[in-house]
Amino acid sequence: MDYVIEMLNIRKEFPGIVANDNINIQLKKGEIHALLGENGAGKSTLMNVLFGLYQPEKGQIRVKGETVKITNPNIANDLGIGMVHQHFMLVEPFTVTQNIILGNEPKTKTGRINIKKAEQEIQELSDRYGLKVDPSAKIKDISVGMQQRVEILKTLYRGAEVLIFDEPTAVLTPQEITELMEIMRSLIKEGKSIILITHKLKEIMEVCDRCTVIRKGKGIGTVDVKNTNVNELASLMVGREVSFETEKKPAQPKDVVLSVKDLKVKDARKVDSVKELNLEVRAGEIVGIAGIDGNGQTELIEAITGLTKSQSGKIMLNNKDITNKTPRKVTESGVGHIPQDRHKYGLVLDYTVGENIVLQTYYQKPYSKNTILNHKEIYQKAEELIEQFDVRTPSAYTPARALSGGNQQKAIIAREVDRSPDLLIAAQPTRGLDVGAIEFIHKKLIEERDKGKAVLLISFELDEILDVSDRIAVMFDGKIVSSVKPEDTNEQELGLLMAGSQTTKAGDSK
Amino acid sequence: MTSNNKLFALIIPVISVFLGLLAGAIIMLLSGYNPIEGYSALWRGAFGDAFTIGETIRRTTPLILTGLAVAFAFRSGLFNIGAEGQVIVGWLAAVWVGLAIEAPMIIHLPLAVLAGALAGGLWGFVPGLLKAKLGVHEVIITIMMNYIALYISNEIIRSVLTDHATKTDQIASSASLASEWLQGLTYYSRIHYGFLIAIFAAVIMWFLIQRTTIGYELKAVGFNQHASKYSGMNVSKNIIISMVIAGGFAGLAGAMEGLGTYGNIHLMSGFTNLGFDGIAVALLGANNAFGVVLAALLFGVLKEGAGEMPTGAGVPTELVDIIIALIIFFVASSYIIRWALLRFKKEGK
Ligand SMILES: Nc1ncnc2c1ncn2[C@@H]1O[C@H](COP(=O)(O)OP(=O)(O)OP(=O)(O)O)[C@@H](O)[C@H]1O
Ligand SMILES: [Mg+2]
Repeated sequence: MDYVIEMLNIRKEFPGIVANDNINIQLKKGEIHALLGENGAGKSTLMNVLFGLYQPEKGQIRVKGETVKITNPNIANDLGIGMVHQHFMLVEPFTVTQNIILGNEPKTKTGRINIKKAEQEIQELSDRYGLKVDPSAKIKDISVGMQQRVEILKTLYRGAEVLIFDEPTAVLTPQEITELMEIMRSLIKEGKSIILITHKLKEIMEVCDRCTVIRKGKGIGTVDVKNTNVNELASLMVGREVSFETEKKPAQPKDVVLSVKDLKVKDARKVDSVKELNLEVRAGEIVGIAGIDGNGQTELIEAITGLTKSQSGKIMLNNKDITNKTPRKVTESGVGHIPQDRHKYGLVLDYTVGENIVLQTYYQKPYSKNTILNHKEIYQKAEELIEQFDVRTPSAYTPARALSGGNQQKAIIAREVDRSPDLLIAAQPTRGLDVGAIEFIHKKLIEERDKGKAVLLISFELDEILDVSDRIAVMFDGKIVSSVKPEDTNEQELGLLMAGSQTTKAGDSK
Repeated sequence: MTSNNKLFALIIPVISVFLGLLAGAIIMLLSGYNPIEGYSALWRGAFGDAFTIGETIRRTTPLILTGLAVAFAFRSGLFNIGAEGQVIVGWLAAVWVGLAIEAPMIIHLPLAVLAGALAGGLWGFVPGLLKAKLGVHEVIITIMMNYIALYISNEIIRSVLTDHATKTDQIASSASLASEWLQGLTYYSRIHYGFLIAIFAAVIMWFLIQRTTIGYELKAVGFNQHASKYSGMNVSKNIIISMVIAGGFAGLAGAMEGLGTYGNIHLMSGFTNLGFDGIAVALLGANNAFGVVLAALLFGVLKEGAGEMPTGAGVPTELVDIIIALIIFFVASSYIIRWALLRFKKEGK
C-alpha cells in the first residue's frame, strides 16, 4: 500500500510531560484520516511535528516512502504539506489575495507584485474546489467560515497535496460545517489527502475513511470508520464507556435570578444588535439560548457582565439593578462567566494556571491580605481545582499558554464553576472539548442548577442546547423570538425558529 | 519551556556582555591598540582604588533608578521613554525643596527626596492619563514631556531659583545625601547615601511586581487588557498607576543627582542621558528588578572606567560607548543567540 505520509514511532517531550510517546500514523493517498484523542492527548503536537513547528526527540517521518527531516514549515510546504490552524494566521486589513500570496508573491517582469495574475489563480482554485471566496475582499470584512477557507486556499496555492486541519469545525456554525465537509470531499476527489482533528464523532463517521486514536500521548490504533461506531470510538479514546445521554431530573425553577427588560445594546460598530430584549432565568433552571451566530448573543452577554454598556433597558440580578455596572461589581454580585473567546477574555496566557485560577478573586482573602499575595493559598486552590476538574497540566506553575486548547477551557470552567455564582453564564462552554470532558461539563452545569443556581447557556450546538437546557429561548435579530421546552421541539423546528420564521408552535410554553 | 525561558533570560545578557567586550577587543586590535592594556585601564578606572570605586557606585546609583523606571512601566506593557524628563523634574523639585525649606535633617531630607519622586510621578501621570483616557500613545507623549521638562526646568533655574545664574546655590546640608564618612573612606569621591535608596527602590519594585495584588494587576494589564477587564480590573487606573510609579523611580534618580552628587541644579544645554541610558539598562536587565541593578552596575563600571582609558592605554573613551552599543545590539538581537544556542544543544545531543 502506498502511503503519502508516514509518521513512525514519534516521540515529543515537553518539560514534565511526554506529549507524544511512540505514535504511528499512516496516511493513504486520497483518504480523509481522522486523528482522535482527548484534550491534551497530543494531537496538535503531533501535527506540529509534521508541519515542522516542533522537532521530535525520536521517530521517523516519510513522505511518499522517502525519509525526510522537516525542520521548519517552509520545508513542509515544499513537501506539499499544508496546515489549517485553529487560530487563523491572517493579516486583517489585507485582502484575501494579499494574504494568500504573502511571502510567495508572483512578480511581473519589472519586479512588481502581479496582483492580477494572483487574483486570477486564486479565483480558479476557489472555483475548482467550490470555496466561493472573493479574492479581493478584505479579511476583516469576511466571516470566520470564509477566513478558514482563505487558510485552505493558502495551502492549496502553495501546492499542498496533504492538508492538516486542526479542529476546523470548532469555530464554525452548523451550516458552515456542512459546507466544509463538502469542500473536503471535493479536495479528495482532486487527489488530495487530509488529516482531520476533531472532537465531534459524528463528523468522523460522516466524512472520514480511517481514524487513528491516541490516548495520553500513546497511540491506541487505527480503525476503519466503516467498521466502527460512535460509541466504540468514544470508548477507544477515553478508555471507558461514555454516555451520550445527559441524565438529569426535571428542573424545579424557583425565584427569578436574572431578569432582562427591554434591553438595547449596540455592537462594536455602533449598530443596534440587541433590540428590546426580554429574558428571565430562574434559580434552579438552565435556560439555553439558541440562535445563529451574530444575532446579538455576544452583545447580550457582554451587557449583562458589564463588558459593554447598554443603551437602555434594565438588567436585574436577584432584584438588584446591575445595569451598566462594572465587571467587578457584576462579578461580586454573583455572576460567573465562561467567555466565548477564551484567549481574548478567559485567560492571561502568560500567567500560570494558578494565577489564572484567581483571576477574579486575587484581591480577596485568602489569596491576598492587605494587597500582599499569598502564593501558597493560590497554588493550593489551583491544585485542588486541577485535580477536581481533571485539567491536564504538568503543574499549577505551568503558563496557561502551554496547555492544550481543551485544558485551557477546563481551567476557565473550573474557576467559574468553583465560585458557585448565583448566575452562571456559559458561552460555548464545550467548544473544543472531547466527549468525555463535555459529559463532565454538562454534569457540572446540571449540578449547579440542582444546587439552586441559575444557568444561562449560549451555544451554537443544537445538540447541546437540547440536551442540557430546561427551557430554550430562541434569539433572532437581537430579540428572543420564542421560548420552547426541549421535550416539545426538535432540531428542525429550532432551526426554523432561529432563521426567523414564525411557526404557530412558537411561544406555546412559557 | 518555562525553565528554558528563565535560563535564556539569564544567559542572553551574559553572553551579550561577553560578545560586546569581545567585539570591543577586536575593534581595539584593528585600530592598533592593545586590548589587554585597554581593558586593564578600564578596570583600574572603575575599581583601581577607593576613589574610583566610590565614583563607580555614584555613577551606578541613578542608572539603577532610571532602569527601574523603564522596566516597571514595561511590565505593564508601556514604553516609558520619558525617564529623561522625569529625572530632570525630580532633580529640580528635590533641589528646590533643599533650598527653600529650613528644617531638621530628619524632616528635610526625606521631604526633598519625596519631592523628587512626586515630581517624576507627576511627569509620568500626564502620559499615563492621556494613554488611559484618550488612547494617545505613551511614547509620543513621554518624548514631548522630556522637552517640556528640559526647558521648563532651565527657565525656573534662571528666573525663579536664581537671578540669571547658570546654577543654583548649594542645598542646605540638612537636605544633603552626601556623607562625610563615605567620602572619607573613598578619598573624597562624590559617593553619597543615594545608592541605598536605589537598592531599596529595586527591592520595592520586586516586591510590588511579585508579591502584591498591584503587581498582579499591572502585569495582567500588560499581558492582556481584555482579560484584565473581564476579570474586573480597572485597566485605565492600572496604566496610570504604572506610569506614576515609573515616573517616581526616575524622579528619585534626579533627586540623587540634586541631593547627592551635585547638591544643586544647573542649566542644561541638553539631556542628562540618564533616562535614555535607563532604557538600555532595563533592556539588559530583562526588566527585572535585580537584573536592572546588575545592568546598571555594569554600565556604571564601563562609563566610569572609560575615563582611565585615554591616559592609561591611549584608547579613546568613545570605545566604551561602542562597547555599550554593541552589548545592547546583542541583547536586542537575542533571537539570534537563542537560535544559535538551540542549534548547539541539538547538535550536542
Ligand atoms: N509548547 C508547549 N510547552 C509545554 N507543554 C506543551 C506545549 N504544547 C503542548 N504541551 C503539552 O503537551 C500535551 C499535548 O498537547 P496538545 O496541544 O498536543 O493536545 P491536543 O491533543 O491537541 O489537545 P486539545 O484537544 O485540547 O487541543 C498537553 O499536556 C500540553 O500541556
Ligand atoms: Mg489541540
